[in-house]
Amino acid sequence: MSNVELRGLTKHFPGVTALNEVSFYISNGEFFVLLGPTGAGKTTTLRIIAGLEKQDAGSVIFDGQPMESATPADRDIAFVFQQYSLYPTMSVYDNLAFPLRSPLRRMPEAEIKTRVEAAAEILRIGHLLTRKTARLSGGEMQRVSIGRAIVRNPRVFLMDEPLSNLDAKLRESLRVELKHIQKTQDSTTLFVTHDQIEALTMADRIGILREGRIVQVGTPQDIYDRPATTFVAQLVGTPRINLFEANLEDGALYLKNSNLHLPASGVSMPASLLVGIRPEDVRPEAQGKFVGKLTLTEPLGVETILHIESGGQTLLSLVPGMTSVRVGDDVRFNLAQEKLHYFGLDRKRIHIQS
Amino acid sequence: MATIELKQVEKKFGSLFAVKPMDLTITDGEFVVLLGPSGCGKTTTLRMISGLETVSGGQILLNGRNVTWRHPSARDIAFVFQFYALYPHLTARENIAFPLQAQRESSETIEQRVKEVVKLLQIEHLLNMRPGKLSGGDQQRVALARALVRRPAAFLMDEPLGALDAEFRETMRAEIKRLHILQHATTVYVTHDQIEAIAMGDRIVVMSAAEVQQVGTPHDVYYDPANLFVARFIGSPGMNLVRGNYTEGVVRLPGDNRYPAPEAWRGVLPGGDIVLGFRPEAAYINPNGTLSGEVYASDMHGAYTMLHVNLNQTDIVHIRGDRQTLYPIGTPVRFDLDPAMARFFEPATEKALRRAEVRA
Repeated sequence: MSNVELRGLTKHFPGVTALNEVSFYISNGEFFVLLGPTGAGKTTTLRIIAGLEKQDAGSVIFDGQPMESATPADRDIAFVFQQYSLYPTMSVYDNLAFPLRSPLRRMPEAEIKTRVEAAAEILRIGHLLTRKTARLSGGEMQRVSIGRAIVRNPRVFLMDEPLSNLDAKLRESLRVELKHIQKTQDSTTLFVTHDQIEALTMADRIGILREGRIVQVGTPQDIYDRPATTFVAQLVGTPRINLFEANLEDGALYLKNSNLHLPASGVSMPASLLVGIRPEDVRPEAQGKFVGKLTLTEPLGVETILHIESGGQTLLSLVPGMTSVRVGDDVRFNLAQEKLHYFGLDRKRIHIQS
Repeated sequence: MATIELKQVEKKFGSLFAVKPMDLTITDGEFVVLLGPSGCGKTTTLRMISGLETVSGGQILLNGRNVTWRHPSARDIAFVFQFYALYPHLTARENIAFPLQAQRESSETIEQRVKEVVKLLQIEHLLNMRPGKLSGGDQQRVALARALVRRPAAFLMDEPLGALDAEFRETMRAEIKRLHILQHATTVYVTHDQIEAIAMGDRIVVMSAAEVQQVGTPHDVYYDPANLFVARFIGSPGMNLVRGNYTEGVVRLPGDNRYPAPEAWRGVLPGGDIVLGFRPEAAYINPNGTLSGEVYASDMHGAYTMLHVNLNQTDIVHIRGDRQTLYPIGTPVRFDLDPAMARFFEPATEKALRRAEVRA
């Protein structure tokens, strides 16, 4: 396994700059997730790392060595795609063995067998080895595709939204397995997705990509608790973070179009700013300082989303369990002051020293 | 005003059941969700209610009137499809007014009703735009407005949010529910998304393999699933289901775990093979807990963490923790269950057993 460094990667396509000075570093054995909306440049980044696309500027470096002159084969990466590109008429065994049987490798069948069986055990598909891939379910096919990457023991795994074609239940279970496998195999992995839950749950670190630029790199905790911009704050977390314009007057923050006001924290803040409040930090309490009207409840089983109207604003609150509060009732609540997020009008985080 | 009754309604294609005989009574103003995986018969059921599909047997009653063999147009039901066919050459306003024009309403009536519905959906600013200029979410809003403007007796919606991205889906989910609260039109809503179902429905009809598995409130299907299918299907992740064996007050579980059955279940559980079910939030880490396993993976979800615990090599259970509960793979952990949240199922029939007090 290898470490991977991208330094100032830039790529232009006619009329657009797909990547603009993208730099980040993936340590040996790290699970790095590149998260961003469609069109952010995620797949282009992967393709350049794999050598399938050539950058206009910047470099891709594996273990300190620039890869510019290396062919895709020389780079020794394994690519897992959204579409499982398996050979339908071959058995699972032969599909897994295929990359090892390349004439370039001259690998003896005995070793191929060892590797295929080891990969099959890791992925729990040992019982499927003789089956034709056309007869597998979607989840099984994706396991085989991942297995085909594992047998090669590559320097780096590149995964391009490998779970997005699966239904919700399968996605959930494969997410857990993929993470377990990655951690126990210590494989350097770059995983690309637009799904914030995949990023939060699987990554050691997340890189947020927007319009070809890296906006923030950090652990899931960093990204969730200390988003660098309003874009990041809104991209992660469901339901979405509450975001309000606010004015600072006489040491208090007044949220626009609402009756909500908060003591300003000690640090210097601009007169106009944005305040972000995660729904779990809007806490209904009998003695709450604020009051609003409940306009909607959405039970999700384990928790419930409350829509609380206060002044002209609607706040989302996330509370545990199923609630007995009724639409139309008044709700008293507090805001977790220490969990608030402040952003300037340039949409960048205002750092509060503690 | 609309009640919908299905009496032994069924649909066969050749000898295959698309929908096995089902009974369902939907009361006036109720929001009922038909939920299930693709191919379970939910859409066919909806199409039979609308009249787009004929029944192979049984009766459909609207407000007590038998409409089984009536043409869809004579049923007064608005159908909101997944892919709204807005007329691309008409503006949003013209699209919304279209059904009223087709009914030859007066222009004052049309103007008045369009105005009302547009205000309700807060789309005043979109009225002069053509669909091609609108975002996906705004197109959905216009399509909803077009359905609402008819003031139909009931709404039938077939995965209306399926084509939207996650963010819009959340917004539109809340919007459709808010509209329902304001208008109280009887609604039958089809989805494969269990979150949508429990978030929106007054009652949920869970279907699988052409058959109704359970009819109940979101609370019922979440806390008291009727069988293993519902237990697995509802929730994200679904209910933890662990095979065990019950004798003398103790359930023996994989990994040499022994779980003393909660008081309320002692008289109810049959001896022998049994499935223990519990939701991820029903379990909690406790250094002196009665159950034990090894961390398989643990992950952060933002407001909470999920711990995946391996009981032996094949049984992994999911435990919901607070934001700090992250452990390295392989860490041994002990945990307990909230006894009120334990459920039991019979492996042979896959059906839920009921607690003593529930039975009474």
